[in-house]
Amino acid sequence: MKRTAAIVGPGNIGTDLMYKLLRSARNGGSIEPRWMIGVDPTSEGLRLAADHGLESSHEGVDWLLKQDELPDLIFEATSAYVHREYAPRYEEAGIRAVDLTPAAVGPAVIPPVNGEEHVGAMNVNMITCGGQATIPMVAAVSRAAEPFGGVSYAEIVASVSSVSAGPGTRANIDEFTRTTAAGVESIGGAERGKAIIILNPAEPPMIMRDTIFCAVSPDADRDAIVRSVLAMEKAVQEYVPGYRLLQEPQIDDPSPATLGRTKVSIFVEVEGAGDYLPSYSGNLDIMTAAAARVGESIARGMA
Amino acid sequence: MTDLDTARINELSRTWSGTHGDEPWGRLDLRLTDTCLRDGSHHKRHQFTARECHDIVEALDASGVPVIEVTHGDGLGGSSFNYGFSRTWEQELIRIAAETAQRARIAFLMLPGVGTKDDIRAAQDNGGQICRIATHCTEADTSIQHFGLARELGLETVGFLMMSHTQPPEVLAKQARIMVDAGCQCVYVVDSAGALIMEQTADRVAALVAEIGDVADVGFHGHENLGLGVANTIIAARAGATQIDGSVRRFGAGAGNTPLEAFIGVCDKLGWTTGIDFLRIVDASEDVIKPAMPEECQLDRMTLMMGYAGVYSSFLKHAGNAADRYGVSGAKILLEAGRRKLIGGQEDQLIDIALMLKREQAADEPGAGASLAG
Repeated sequence: MKRTAAIVGPGNIGTDLMYKLLRSARNGGSIEPRWMIGVDPTSEGLRLAADHGLESSHEGVDWLLKQDELPDLIFEATSAYVHREYAPRYEEAGIRAVDLTPAAVGPAVIPPVNGEEHVGAMNVNMITCGGQATIPMVAAVSRAAEPFGGVSYAEIVASVSSVSAGPGTRANIDEFTRTTAAGVESIGGAERGKAIIILNPAEPPMIMRDTIFCAVSPDADRDAIVRSVLAMEKAVQEYVPGYRLLQEPQIDDPSPATLGRTKVSIFVEVEGAGDYLPSYSGNLDIMTAAAARVGESIARGMA
Repeated sequence: MTDLDTARINELSRTWSGTHGDEPWGRLDLRLTDTCLRDGSHHKRHQFTARECHDIVEALDASGVPVIEVTHGDGLGGSSFNYGFSRTWEQELIRIAAETAQRARIAFLMLPGVGTKDDIRAAQDNGGQICRIATHCTEADTSIQHFGLARELGLETVGFLMMSHTQPPEVLAKQARIMVDAGCQCVYVVDSAGALIMEQTADRVAALVAEIGDVADVGFHGHENLGLGVANTIIAARAGATQIDGSVRRFGAGAGNTPLEAFIGVCDKLGWTTGIDFLRIVDASEDVIKPAMPEECQLDRMTLMMGYAGVYSSFLKHAGNAADRYGVSGAKILLEAGRRKLIGGQEDQLIDIALMLKREQAADEPGAGASLAG
């Protein structure tokens, strides 16, 4: 039985997510995207949703919650401010929420790391694009280095094209670095995490690139780390086909420049699927793909 | 001390208006900032000791330098794998500088996306008075929340439009306007790659003066990668820049910054008041700055390549590291960085480039097919 879903926020992210959910539904997925909710009657996303058979409304969440039939799931693609306001009402109505904003109302989820842990939660959060692209790799190194004390410090550098960084990210870039660093620690397993984001305006736009640095014990099993990273690449590729390692993981011996730890460097590129957004915006694609993946797990787990 | 017939050449269209009522220097035509302890951090691989920081601040302050910038080379929060870990925590360096300076104001740098608002608060707690916020020159809107906070905290504010050579004057002027509307009191044209050639500098400064000159200052920050630091700075001042960056002995990123003591000498010749004693700053250069430098900043193959290819100056040491680690040409890494249009902050990509060059190198060697197959 399919579970019904509403997408709230018909912008770039919401529209791209709609295409992913529609494709998944065609391929036997458990979610039927039925509503697209916005606040602007001239929205391109609302028009596209109507074209694809979704019920579209520009009268906002209040309209949605007044309908006789309510969705089983809501995907929130508005802003942290809006989501914080509406999350309690979704919960009251018994609707599960997958939050693509940085509101962090519910527990954070990275599909290949803790995707199954929170399938019963009323609200889950997708952290940030940089987090979705890098935390899987921190977790991969943490697992492999676990017998040797794990990852004492992990640092991620996310480079995205300027045109794919929306006004929300720009107005609150601190929120990106803070939220991502917290996820590097809590889900990636690093004792201490740091996140850096770069917006590059080059034309043609650059495909999203991420670098992950991890500090591990000099005794850690290097082959095991490499194997774990390669396995994680495959796991992410299951839902983001354009996710790939650019290089073999690089391992540097301890030195003063590495604070006396062995340094693992991982270079990835995230090319989007081009569903609605251009393929260079892998940062947005990995958010919608991860949200669709998490939504699918939640829908399957619903009694 | 002017020995030139300077009536024709020493005209400044604008002089520094000052942002405070209590300047100990009297009237300044130009207000200079030394950045040895910030841009020099790159050349020093972020290994400043507390003693070096103290001695440099003491010498610069005694020479009359009105503003001294102190931070990790990549700004607050820059201590990292990507940019290099600091030997002495930057907040500690700021505290030492603030305690040492008798007259100079201590400035600090932050880059949105690297540092955060919490770092700005801590820098102020440690005695920092001027908050300099740097963005790539098309991304000014990422600095709005930080300018807002800095002004709320009562800090003086400066905005940095990095890699200004990549954009035409009118684009820079619009970006400067975004910073000023957010609370920035002076926007710098920052020639991060040392790639601007004089008229290009003048046009950019003039465009900023036209856009924001009625409400804010305009500044210029030059590098030496094509040997034009002082020339660009002179022409920037003539075009209306009233705040000027440099580093004594060029102690900075790439081939170094505009040599501050040389520029001060020029200002003396032209009759432009900087408040800085030329003879004392020259002594400071020999006696205090030089011993703190790992080596002189050189105009050599690598640094020339940065000016030529328009590459962010602080990539220098990182490109050198990657070249050594993977046995490839550092100059080729820099050229490729220019071709890829990398911007400040993307030091991680230099490793990726080195690995690509290594693969190409292997493919060019006889028997490479076998080694690749293996």
